[in-house]
Amino acid sequence: MSRRELGEVLLEVNDLSVDYLTLKGAVRAVDGATFTLRRGEILGVAGESGSGKSTLTTAILRLQRPPAVTAAGQVLYHDQDGTVTDLVPRTDAQLRSIRWDKLAIVMQSAMDALNPVKRLGDQFRDVLQLHQPKMSNREAIERAQDLLAMSGIPRDRVNSYPHEMSGGMRQRALISLALACDPELVIMDEPTTAVDVVMQRTIMGQVLRLQRKLGFAIIFVTHDLSLLLELSDRLAIMYAGKIVEIGPAAQLYRDPKHPYTQALRDSFPPLYAPLVKMSGIPGTAPDLMNLPDGCSFAPRCPVAMTACASVRPALIEVGPVDAACLRNQPEYADAPVADRVDAEALEMEGVLR
Amino acid sequence: MSQTTTDQPVVLEARNVTKHFEVRSKEGVRVVRAVEGVDLQLHRGEIVAMVGESGSGKTTVARMLSLYYPVTEGEILLHGKPVTKVSGGAAKDYYAQVQLLFQDPFASLNSLKSIRHILSRAVRIHSPRLGREAVEEKVLALLDKVALTPASQYIDKFPHELSGGQRQRIVIARALAVEPSVMLGDEPISMLDVSIRLDVLNLLTHLRDEEGVALLYITHDIASARYIADRINVMYAGEMVEGGPSESVIHTPQHPYTRLLLDSSPNPDRGIDSDQGSLFDEVGDLGEPPSLIEPPAGCRFNPRCPFAMQICTTDKPERTEVTPGHWARCHLHTVGGAEQLLQPSIQFGIPVEHVEAQLDQALPFESSTPDTLGDRADGAETQTVVAESESTSQFGGPQP
Repeated sequence: MSRRELGEVLLEVNDLSVDYLTLKGAVRAVDGATFTLRRGEILGVAGESGSGKSTLTTAILRLQRPPAVTAAGQVLYHDQDGTVTDLVPRTDAQLRSIRWDKLAIVMQSAMDALNPVKRLGDQFRDVLQLHQPKMSNREAIERAQDLLAMSGIPRDRVNSYPHEMSGGMRQRALISLALACDPELVIMDEPTTAVDVVMQRTIMGQVLRLQRKLGFAIIFVTHDLSLLLELSDRLAIMYAGKIVEIGPAAQLYRDPKHPYTQALRDSFPPLYAPLVKMSGIPGTAPDLMNLPDGCSFAPRCPVAMTACASVRPALIEVGPVDAACLRNQPEYADAPVADRVDAEALEMEGVLR
Repeated sequence: MSQTTTDQPVVLEARNVTKHFEVRSKEGVRVVRAVEGVDLQLHRGEIVAMVGESGSGKTTVARMLSLYYPVTEGEILLHGKPVTKVSGGAAKDYYAQVQLLFQDPFASLNSLKSIRHILSRAVRIHSPRLGREAVEEKVLALLDKVALTPASQYIDKFPHELSGGQRQRIVIARALAVEPSVMLGDEPISMLDVSIRLDVLNLLTHLRDEEGVALLYITHDIASARYIADRINVMYAGEMVEGGPSESVIHTPQHPYTRLLLDSSPNPDRGIDSDQGSLFDEVGDLGEPPSLIEPPAGCRFNPRCPFAMQICTTDKPERTEVTPGHWARCHLHTVGGAEQLLQPSIQFGIPVEHVEAQLDQALPFESSTPDTLGDRADGAETQTVVAESESTSQFGGPQP
């Protein structure tokens, strides 16, 4: 069902949980995330703000900062030589040989991720010489020029400061920087949110071209499901810290097995298809401090039944996808939709009357 | 969704509005030509969208319409009467008619004040003689209008107790407090979560239909513009390049920039089953908008336009009405050749072969995977891509 042939397993995330420690207790921002990523695969991660997508990606690279802590789980990195490393118990020093050389990240805001008082070339040189200490200054700057040109930035820009470049160019420079050590995985956290659609398309075209040449895998995080559907091999949908559905992009688009996936898909007005009156998802995302006992989506779900309030659905295989919804279990498939006396839902009725 | 609104009276109008900002720098005073000769009409009960990329001047137009910036040239007319240099009472009368909706509901509400205070203050400023009970009644009615019901439950809350969508409803309620005839919405949904954006859009259309409010909807998201607006105007580098009924602009764009914007917008229908590489194969470097300090002569889009002719670099294109109500500023409509704008595939910017060649030359690493899709830089392969693109129209390219 996948769009392309994919390689060996690169990353195996097992039951990864991340807590934010607060004065009121631990808040579980990522709860039991489990998935595998193959070499050369593009995995899209979609979800609303607060769903845990950025927390998940930083936790994979162990870049989370206090008060976030990895509470449980494994992140297994499969090296090309066959060794398997769990990143979770590693110290920063032990991770240094893996980060950037094998697993790289493009941070959310190009404005903040580049050092404003250093020329672009020097920022590349820092990275290159840290990972290849024998590289001379001249070689490093030449490599930086190559890397910039690779993303379509003129070579002489190596002497520019970040503020001298447009937002789109800065974002491309950041992608080049992530690729500086020829990594096997690049995590991209909302890399195109700050640029407009035309630049977004230029950047994505270039990323795909580079990906085809260099063969790295991508975990692409964004709230823009339409873009992910165009881009990803597989898609993971997150809600309230959990992966609620994961599977081939086309499958999730055409035949979603979780009501949230369906609702999210239907939240984007079509560009060309005939217009119909659409509605968003009633209510708001739950407070992570105070999650419902059963399914977190139940209070907003159009097909929730009585059991949803108490039974927590597990991520189970449903045909080509994995989904966490009781409706996919035969014993619940035909259960009647529960009456909801939900203030939020009633409130939304008002808008649509 | 669209209705004939152009027979309704014009509420707010901008005529040939221009804004130049002066910036001081080492080289002396320079002029940023942020907005150049924009015409805009808002009819009663109509939603007009203004679409464009960041820096295209959308927000500057809204700020001129809300009298936040004085215009450099041109005039603004409210109910047909020119508005110039207002202050004091006259300004208040203007604000009672024209209200701004802000982008960020987390920044635009005072977090120390209750909803009651926030809304009643707007009511009191514009109707100072209203008694305490009348104000309270009005505030409850406002909450009702924006579907925050039961209103009594929301009136004593503070902004931090509300979700983003609910806060934006308060922002809308506050704008409605003065019973305005026009609302200027500057990206009113871009800070909201995707799942609640549609509800806010539906609320805005509801207010258009029920209250007859005219709305200028400023956005960079052309799909949402199509969803709520009766007409769409497209801005590029400070100029309005195209305008017309929403469906007409979306399906038969008459300016190359509009076409570029449409082609660049994510659209899962385009080819969910095809290899993602093929969706981006024809995408080279699509270029960036020009500097507004020294914008290109002639048509400002000419450096990026695949159809650019000699005349485009010298003469500013005139506004040409293509079909009733649908106009564009493009020389293709006067010189001929406008039908090219609707062909299934248009190559914008730096062609993919150049980008590919540059990439191959720059690549500092060994290509680690065999290129299973064939060498794209190969001329023969590119030919097939062009030939195949004839069939891409089924994925939703503009259809004549």
